[in-house]
Amino acid sequence: MPENSVICLKNIHKSFGDLKVLKGIDLQAHEHDVISIIGSSGSGKSTFLRCINLLETPTEGEIWITGEKLKLARNKKGDLDASDPRQLAAMRARVGFVFQNFNLWPHKTLLENIIEGPTQVLGKSKDEAIAYAEQLLRRVGLEERKDFYPSQISGGQQQRVAITRTLAMDPQLILFDEPTSALDPELVGEVLGVMRDLAGEGRTMLIVTHEMQFAREVSNKVMFLHQGQVEEFGHPDQVFGNPTSERCREFISSVY
Amino acid sequence: MDFNVIIQYFPRLLEGAMTTLELVVVSGLIGSLLALPLGLARHSHRPWLYALPYAYIFFFRGTPLLVQIFLVYYGLAQFEFVRESALWPYLREPYWCAIIAFSLNTAAYTAEILRGALGNVPRGEIEAAKTIGMRRVMLYRRIMLPRAFGMIMPAYGNEVILMLKSSALASTITLLDLTGTARTIIARTYTPIEIFLAAGFIYLMLSLIIIQFFRFLEKRSNRHLVSTR
Repeated sequence: MPENSVICLKNIHKSFGDLKVLKGIDLQAHEHDVISIIGSSGSGKSTFLRCINLLETPTEGEIWITGEKLKLARNKKGDLDASDPRQLAAMRARVGFVFQNFNLWPHKTLLENIIEGPTQVLGKSKDEAIAYAEQLLRRVGLEERKDFYPSQISGGQQQRVAITRTLAMDPQLILFDEPTSALDPELVGEVLGVMRDLAGEGRTMLIVTHEMQFAREVSNKVMFLHQGQVEEFGHPDQVFGNPTSERCREFISSVY
Repeated sequence: MDFNVIIQYFPRLLEGAMTTLELVVVSGLIGSLLALPLGLARHSHRPWLYALPYAYIFFFRGTPLLVQIFLVYYGLAQFEFVRESALWPYLREPYWCAIIAFSLNTAAYTAEILRGALGNVPRGEIEAAKTIGMRRVMLYRRIMLPRAFGMIMPAYGNEVILMLKSSALASTITLLDLTGTARTIIARTYTPIEIFLAAGFIYLMLSLIIIQFFRFLEKRSNRHLVSTR
């Protein structure tokens, strides 16, 4: 039932012109679910993730977030777009998104990056937002860097701040779009560590990743996408250890 | 070379320079206020929003400033309703005509600079703002405009320098700006080299001040680019 899941996606299609990237994907996540989405590049996993909060407009489908159906209407390009911008903004505020390229705002300090959402969107007082931001920054070990600008810290640190910026919104679900793919290998661990902690806290997360070992350890469900379709879905031990689909077997053995 | 002429008329040249500076500052302020809505509308991809600023910018960038000044100074007076309007006491003054022409002109250039900068705000930063639940107005107010202001500083400083130099055209409608004053003095003293050299020197000094001012602004708005690593 879409009503009692954190997120429920039905029959998501996405085409770019004639190119069909997603061909009908369903996914439901309940509270405390950590779902990893894996697949070769071009399989549509990032597009799928971006469709959830309408960074990408799906061509077809239904989106339910925390029991509320997102109102969609067809736009000029033939895609589905939000028909109620206010509802979309409110739903996005409840769904965190962590980008591959961090996308911190370079003209703001780390602290300013983090309190922007709570003060401007959620209407929290500045003092309250700062106190919470400092507490969150302490957790990722970057409290003394709060007045730095993003360009002054490393990629791994930037990604930790980007995760903190998302956490400051107290999201009910966090989407991770290949959060370690833009990092130097030696910086990957620190970001995965933070994500592991979040999973341990019982946060609901959807993670598009190429870190198979991490996906296997952290998630309770794994979705394997191939050419825009779900080829395999299940418990990580099953998907990684004993996949039923031939393509999934090939993929796993090639990367893992 | 007769340096005494320079010394004798320097105070009057400085008075003219004050008028020049006033023209630049006043029309710069009015122009940048006009440029903000123009640039924002020009940045839109909705035809009904960008069509008008597009035509406006096309006209003011595509015609000589001198023609624009003449249109305002000689052209407006042709219309009965302009002469009868409450604004006529201002519109018949060359000073205000120059201000109007300069403001409209610099607004077009500045709007175009702003449009370019808005288009250059990285997509990911805009998406990040959207994903925390920002809607359009807040997105522009909190993220895109502050980002764009940092990016336009060098180009806008350049535009102000160009405006300082084109303000010499105000002298063609009898205004006693720096160039106008210089020409008046020369008409009496027949010392074009001395007086124009002095005027040129004052223009240089004004440019220097403007360059320094914008260098300061640029540094301030791009603090974040300074790496201490």
